[in-house]
Formats: sequence, C-alpha cells, structure tokens
Amino acid sequence: MTSVGYLPILIFILIALAFPFIAFFLAWFIRPNRPEAVKLERYECGIESSGEVWGRYSVQYYVIAVLFLIFDVETVFLFPWAVRYDALGLFGLIEMGIFILILVVAYAYAWKKGALEWA
Amino acid sequence: MEAQFLMFLALAAVALAASVMVITRRNLVHSALYLIVTFFAVAAIYVLLHAEFLGVVQLLVYAGGIMVLFLFVILLVERPGTGPAGKPMRWHAAASGVLTLLVAAILGAHFLRSGMAPPGGTAVLGASGGNLETVSLALFRNYLLPFEVVSVLLLVALVGAIVLARPRA
Repeated sequence: MTSVGYLPILIFILIALAFPFIAFFLAWFIRPNRPEAVKLERYECGIESSGEVWGRYSVQYYVIAVLFLIFDVETVFLFPWAVRYDALGLFGLIEMGIFILILVVAYAYAWKKGALEWA
Repeated sequence: MEAQFLMFLALAAVALAASVMVITRRNLVHSALYLIVTFFAVAAIYVLLHAEFLGVVQLLVYAGGIMVLFLFVILLVERPGTGPAGKPMRWHAAASGVLTLLVAAILGAHFLRSGMAPPGGTAVLGASGGNLETVSLALFRNYLLPFEVVSVLLLVALVGAIVLARPRA
C-alpha cells in the first residue's frame, strides 16, 4: 500500500471522527440547561408524539429497499464496463444491453405490480 | 511491508471487535451500526490488498445497500420480547460454537494450502492499466455467462420480494 496515497483519506476519517465530539462538547459548553417536561419528550418533527417508539412499518418499505439494492448492484457492474468501454467495444455494448434489458424487465414487473405506488 | 502488516492487524482488530459488538448488543439498531464499522474495516483491508475496486463495491453495496435493507427489516419486525417467548437457547450456543470452529478450520486449511500471493502489489497486474481495468476485462471477456446470470438473479430477487410483500387478498 502506498501509504502517501491514502494519507488524505486518513485525515478525512480523523476529521469525521473528531467532528461530532467537538460539536457536542461545544454545544454542551455554550447552551443553557433548563429541562422541562415538554422538552424532555421524544421529538417527532415538532408534532406531539403518539404511539410506541418501536412501531411496525409497512412492508412496502422493504420492497423499495430491495429495488434500491438491485439498481445499486447494477451500478457496480456498469462502472467497470464504462471504464474499459473502448477495449470492450460492440461486444461489450451488446453484453451490457442484455444485462440492462433483463433489469428493465424487473423494473417493468415492479411497476406493473404497483410496487412503486404508495397506497 | 512491515507497516502494511501492522495496518492489517489494526484493521482486522477493528473488524473483529465490531463483529463481537454486533452479536452482543441487545438493541438491533446498535448491532446494525456496529456492522457498518465491520464493513468499513473490511473495505479498508481490501484497499490494503490492492483490491481497490472491491473495496469501493464493499462500501457501495454492503455499507450502502445491504445496510438500508437491514434497517428497513428492523423497522418491520416487532419489538423483541413482545411476541411469544422463544425457546431457551441452551444448545444453540454449543452448536454455533462447533460450526464456527468448523468454518475456521476449513478456511484456515484452504489458506495454508494456497500459497502466498506474488509480491509486488499493483505491478503484478501488468500492462492492462490497473485494478479496475483488470477486473473489467476479466468480467466482460472471461466471465460472460456469470455476469449475465447476475441480472437474472437480481430479477428473481425483485420478483421474490414483491410476491412476498404483496397484500393477502
């Protein structure tokens, strides 16, 4: 590993780790501390919170997550193809065309089954 | 070489410690967050081994995609302890211990038998340009069929998820 090449990334990681600590410390140092019942309640976008903290959510979120994951993986394969586009030529283009076509079928299926609609 | 070995030890220690936290936390969300630490440490080990593309994929797919899936699944399940009580896990611990040792033995034997990688890092990758370029040419020329099968696998995964999640009529 060329350690010099990854030095900027290491510095980024250190800054990212230090940032929340500094922010919390500064806030704790500066802010006044006057707790009251309303302030200590759970925060829910400013409205009064209702129900349990651990509620159960619609299973549709899961389908959306799987959709995201599938097209995430598609990107992973598009990337190396795009880098060597010239060397792979028409053959590579057809290959990737078939790959994307099958995923378009997946997308069309999801669309037709109403997985993208929020009822 | 020495520095690389020390880096590997540090990253492996982080990955192991975070993995232990994943399986010992009671709060599922805490487990998921520690799992992200494990993913990052493994990605860093990939980079250390000059598998930069694999490292990026590890972050993109596991720390990004798989993690979203895990968190959504945590949203879907009931709060632990509210459902019917599970069976006591007396023999589970012993069984998983034996299984872990078995997997470790198989992997260890495999690593001992396969020789060391040739030294020299990226120089070994040759004239093709670099890590990503080599992966690209191997994937799209030699491993054509597995690549296309991946898209079918993704299609099946999506259809399966939609069928499982459809409302009961």
